Amino acid sequence: MIRLQFDRVTKSFAPQRRGGEGVTAIADVDVRVEDGEVVALIGPSGCGKSTLLNLASGLDRPTRGRVFVDGAEVTGPNSHVAFMLQRDLLLPWRSILDNVTFGQEIQHVEKARRREVARKLLDKYHLGEFVDHYPHQLSGGMRQRAALARTMAMDPDVVLMDEPFSALDAQTKMVLQQDLARTLFEEKKTAFLITHDLVEAIALADRILVMSRRPGRIVREIRVDLPDRDNPMVRRQRNEMGSLIAELMSLLDIGHGDHLDG
Amino acid sequence: MATISMGKAMNDATASAVPAAAAPPRAEPALVPPPPSFWRAYRVAIWSAVVLALFVLGWEWGLRALGVPKYFIPTLSEIGVEFLRAYERMDLVHHTVITTFEVLVGFALGALLGMAMGYVLGMSPTAEKVLSPYILALQIAPKVAFAPLFVLWFGFSVEAKMSVAILVAVLVVFFPIMVNVLGAVRAVDPAMINLARTFSATRWQIFWKIEFPASMPALFSGLRIGSTLAVIGVTVGELVGGINRGLGFLLLSGETQGAPLVFLAILVLTVIGIVAYCAVILAERSVLHYMPRRDFGKPNS
Ligand SMILES: Nc1ncnc2c1ncn2[C@@H]1O[C@H](COP(=O)(O)OP(=O)(O)O)[C@@H](O)[C@H]1O
Ligand SMILES: [Mg+2]
Repeated sequence: MIRLQFDRVTKSFAPQRRGGEGVTAIADVDVRVEDGEVVALIGPSGCGKSTLLNLASGLDRPTRGRVFVDGAEVTGPNSHVAFMLQRDLLLPWRSILDNVTFGQEIQHVEKARRREVARKLLDKYHLGEFVDHYPHQLSGGMRQRAALARTMAMDPDVVLMDEPFSALDAQTKMVLQQDLARTLFEEKKTAFLITHDLVEAIALADRILVMSRRPGRIVREIRVDLPDRDNPMVRRQRNEMGSLIAELMSLLDIGHGDHLDG
Repeated sequence: MATISMGKAMNDATASAVPAAAAPPRAEPALVPPPPSFWRAYRVAIWSAVVLALFVLGWEWGLRALGVPKYFIPTLSEIGVEFLRAYERMDLVHHTVITTFEVLVGFALGALLGMAMGYVLGMSPTAEKVLSPYILALQIAPKVAFAPLFVLWFGFSVEAKMSVAILVAVLVVFFPIMVNVLGAVRAVDPAMINLARTFSATRWQIFWKIEFPASMPALFSGLRIGSTLAVIGVTVGELVGGINRGLGFLLLSGETQGAPLVFLAILVLTVIGIVAYCAVILAERSVLHYMPRRDFGKPNS
């Protein structure tokens, strides 16, 4: 079953000012993500990765082409997908527990029920002691874990992530990747993960899509084909890692007088 | 906490490894700075006491020593005597109650109107752009100068004059609160709103669950300013209305009865303002309890 599908999707933005130039962020993107699959998307910054995610979440509509989630065309925000961004976007006036229940609260899930879900998730992400704390009392890694709990509390069919760990220090990042990978694996969740961390892409994904410079197109697909998708710490240490990274680097033109942030 | 313990272990490792290699352990106590001297530890308290003593002594005896006459500036003890006289013979309590009532009503109405307008304009950028020149003009205009107009509107009964005082207060309180709320709603992180939208939040939910709570710090700094302006507005309204109740009446009486009464009325007005301000601060502390202390009053931090 295909959970997430981009069908020849193009997205252009109107010029900001009259007489200015419009921007075509992505062109003719065709992607299919199967049920339970974790697909990573990498590409130079500004190539339209976030744009693609906004289309999948229903925040924005494609200029041409169509986006499907669970077989239904995406015409606006819907409860099949949930979003996780680089910034945790926790609401500072809500306790951690109330932040995690935020999405369910909007969808009028009964209070006792949503609290139960949130507490379970927070326990699972080692935040059980911090339910009554406020976001500013937590470290960056803990806050991002709370954001992960908030995302999972929606029980989405597809998890959309936009560089979710890129603001974290290296160790915290590894711990969170571990938590995420395990959850995705155990709950058999489908995930679409944007990252600029090549190791992260290889450690977490079944498949890696490489995007070109703007207008972004999918120029290459790489099957990771390594065991331990639920255990990125182990996967990171595999011998195949080096050659996969080298392949991705050459696809992204890194180390040829050009770099990622082109 | 895997993350934390991992970080901590590394810090401990480096912390203990470096000094051991660099210097013998005996040298370590020297690195701890000595406790501050008595003077350094209490200098703010000491200076405060000195300044307070100079202030009181200077006011009570210095003014007379310099030959400043009594009708110019009264001494503290003269104001004290005036307080007892006003309390017993001039119904000071009654006047204070009237003025306090005007301050409270003026502040509450001004705050509510300012909030309403701030949220409405904050949520409709087009309306705000169209109206901003008028808002700016009104913001710059000296609001208290409208007082004579209100006298004209309301007439000369006691209630009418109280209404004048209240209305002036409403007008001066309105603007800072509206401007603060408007700015705060405008400054809400669009990413937070998008997050709520991905959960299929309605416009109304976005307002109540994000924009409204996000505006609280700015609202409270507006309310703080408003609480002090309300006293100014009421005072001007009472003076212009020529009211025969309230502390403004005592101020006007002071024109014939002497400086101590003027100072006394100013003192009581100041106390009303301080109490109002402190009430706002207390409300702010309980509403904004989720914020780190140092961020108090800074909008959107
Ligand atoms: N709302 C918008 N209006 C105009 N241009 C936009 C908008 N959003 C993104 N863009 C442009 O689209 C391109 C792709 O942006 P984005 O998807 O954020 O890239 P990435 O996430 O890959 O770094 C950029 O050139 C950006 O300037
Ligand atoms: Mg991006």
